[in-house]
Amino acid sequence: MSYTEATIQLLNPEGSLVTSDASAEYLPYIDALSDEQLREFHRQMVVVRRFDEEAANLQKQGQMGLWVPSIGQEGAQVGSGFAARAQDHIFPAYREHAVARIRGVDVLDIVKLLRGTTHGGWNPAEHGNFHLYTLVIAAHTLHATGYAMGIALDGKSGTGNLDADEAVIVYFGDGATSQGDASESLVFAASFQTPQVFLLQNNHWAISVPVSTQSRTPLYLRPSGFGIPGVQIDGNDVLASYAVTRKNLDDARAGAGPRYIEALTYRIGAHTSSDDPTKYRKDSELDYWRQRDPIPRFEAFLRSRGEGDAFFEEVRVEAEDHAADIRRRTFEIQDPGTSLIFDHVYSEPHPLVVEQKAWLAAYESALDENGAQA
Amino acid sequence: MSDIQTLPLAKAINAGLRQAMLDDPKVLLMGEDIGPLGGVFRVTEGLQAEFGAKRVIDTPLAEAGIIGSAIGLAMRGYRPVCEIQFDGFIFPGFNQITTQLAKLTNRHEGQIQMPVVIRVPYGGHIGAVEHHQESPEALFAHTAGLRLVSPSTPNDAYWMIQEAIASNDPVMFFEPKGRYWPKGPVDFSASSAPLHSTRVVREGTEVTLLGHGAMLSVLLEAADIAADEGTSIEVIDLRSISPIDYGPILASVQKTGRLVVAQEAPGFVSVGSEIAATVTERAFYSLEAPVLRVTGFDTPFPPAKLETIYLPDADRVLEAVDRALAY
Repeated sequence: MSYTEATIQLLNPEGSLVTSDASAEYLPYIDALSDEQLREFHRQMVVVRRFDEEAANLQKQGQMGLWVPSIGQEGAQVGSGFAARAQDHIFPAYREHAVARIRGVDVLDIVKLLRGTTHGGWNPAEHGNFHLYTLVIAAHTLHATGYAMGIALDGKSGTGNLDADEAVIVYFGDGATSQGDASESLVFAASFQTPQVFLLQNNHWAISVPVSTQSRTPLYLRPSGFGIPGVQIDGNDVLASYAVTRKNLDDARAGAGPRYIEALTYRIGAHTSSDDPTKYRKDSELDYWRQRDPIPRFEAFLRSRGEGDAFFEEVRVEAEDHAADIRRRTFEIQDPGTSLIFDHVYSEPHPLVVEQKAWLAAYESALDENGAQA
Repeated sequence: MSDIQTLPLAKAINAGLRQAMLDDPKVLLMGEDIGPLGGVFRVTEGLQAEFGAKRVIDTPLAEAGIIGSAIGLAMRGYRPVCEIQFDGFIFPGFNQITTQLAKLTNRHEGQIQMPVVIRVPYGGHIGAVEHHQESPEALFAHTAGLRLVSPSTPNDAYWMIQEAIASNDPVMFFEPKGRYWPKGPVDFSASSAPLHSTRVVREGTEVTLLGHGAMLSVLLEAADIAADEGTSIEVIDLRSISPIDYGPILASVQKTGRLVVAQEAPGFVSVGSEIAATVTERAFYSLEAPVLRVTGFDTPFPPAKLETIYLPDADRVLEAVDRALAY
């Protein structure tokens, strides 16, 4: 499943702006961006890709139990990530490393999650309202819808003030569209007309199962059956991702109801470090999508606007420095204390947990220095 | 000043919900048919008319959607009270309850709280069709992060629902639907016990009977019959299934030396099994007999014409009392 006639593209794979009836509505959003904002799109895509490569290496070296690569999806993530306004709430799946970084999460916290020192990693309230990753597929789509119901109940959407009205964006993948929770979240969003954008990153593979097994019709058509407008974009076009998400989020925050965006992209890497995509997909498909990589396309665009080598070199060095910093700090991560097992199971003391924490402390204190029963 | 009225348990919950909504504007009710209809058991009757459709929300017919969106509302600062229409219909929401609601405070390392109440009308005695008479509480008691309570009287129902709503942890509130309509006194002036406490409801010396929800009326009937036969029975209302308040249970067993635990749920890997194991560990030298369980059978809940055979009644409880006394 690839681009269709309905796919909105603002930047073609050669890096030139597309002028068409479909793009005309969105190009003003690009015109409004400053040169510095455009440079920032590139910077984030490059730094996060380099981080992703470093994290994969760290996993191979035993520093993490698992790594979840996002390579190839930087355009979909960086564009939509910058489209959200400061007051918005982001509900990610578990591969949105670029969005996390844009919203202020130290991506070392993602390393900690996959290393096994935490089940969470960051406090959303202190990190750009970027909520925790959710590993049970699509479960978080309902949390996003409930949160958006709360925004509407609070009267914090639909006032006409784009800088104050709040909205929610929820990320999920093509596999998640088959989960009941994803459909129920569309039902609730439509019924309560939530200020919310559903952002589907269709990366074409749910581990080893192709999107054609999840859906025989383009997925952007599915929400129309729920009464929610859907649109399909070239997710490897960071400008389309930005402009279409910006417009749809602003429509949702203005009270127009939920919106759905299918961003066509591709998982260049494996599902996770435990996966082996050579067992189920063809090199020709990978080649097709490598030619549509979001980063070279956007670099060509910036160069066509006069951006010179100095900037790209500066970003390359920043990405190297960031990766080296992550590597250094990964080796410094401390294991959590055993109290983490017990401390936050309940927010108010639960006798069973209190008792078992005390038991473990007594048991451990009775062991000798070799860990044997004293 | 006491302010006592006589109400059915269902109306006591209604009054408790109403008071909680008056006390805190963040309290919301959500569920299927809870608005103009007032719920299939009329527990929320009149509340949408009083508080409006934004605080008493008729949801689409989807239990995962109800629980999952309640989680999002709780993240936003609301205190949602979800009604699940019947015990056997909670399972479409099981994933949201066990993998999400129960774990989110833990996953956030205490940085958020999940004050969500899930009301579950449960248990038999109403002659209903399949999936409408079950007692699934053990499945949830096994899940860390949840609190479970079950009132047996209108007074407890009125107070415990408010205390559950005030809790900052998720609370599953199991309502004994077979006891919705018998009336009892409700003292509106003050709660008589903390939410997570067991209570001795009848003192005795020879055997302790323990149960929760609709089981209590059966245990009290059994105690009356036993008294006529000259046997002194102590009866304890469990009230809180997670955590369990073992203090009064152990004190009673130390006095009587015999414990019979009764429940409508199947016995295998159940609340009664857990209590039997714990009491055996902690009061072994006080026991004159093994802790005995009187439970539903380890089968699906049968068609309604067989429910009086399936559900423990006073005779089955007394049979266990006799066995305990025979040791």
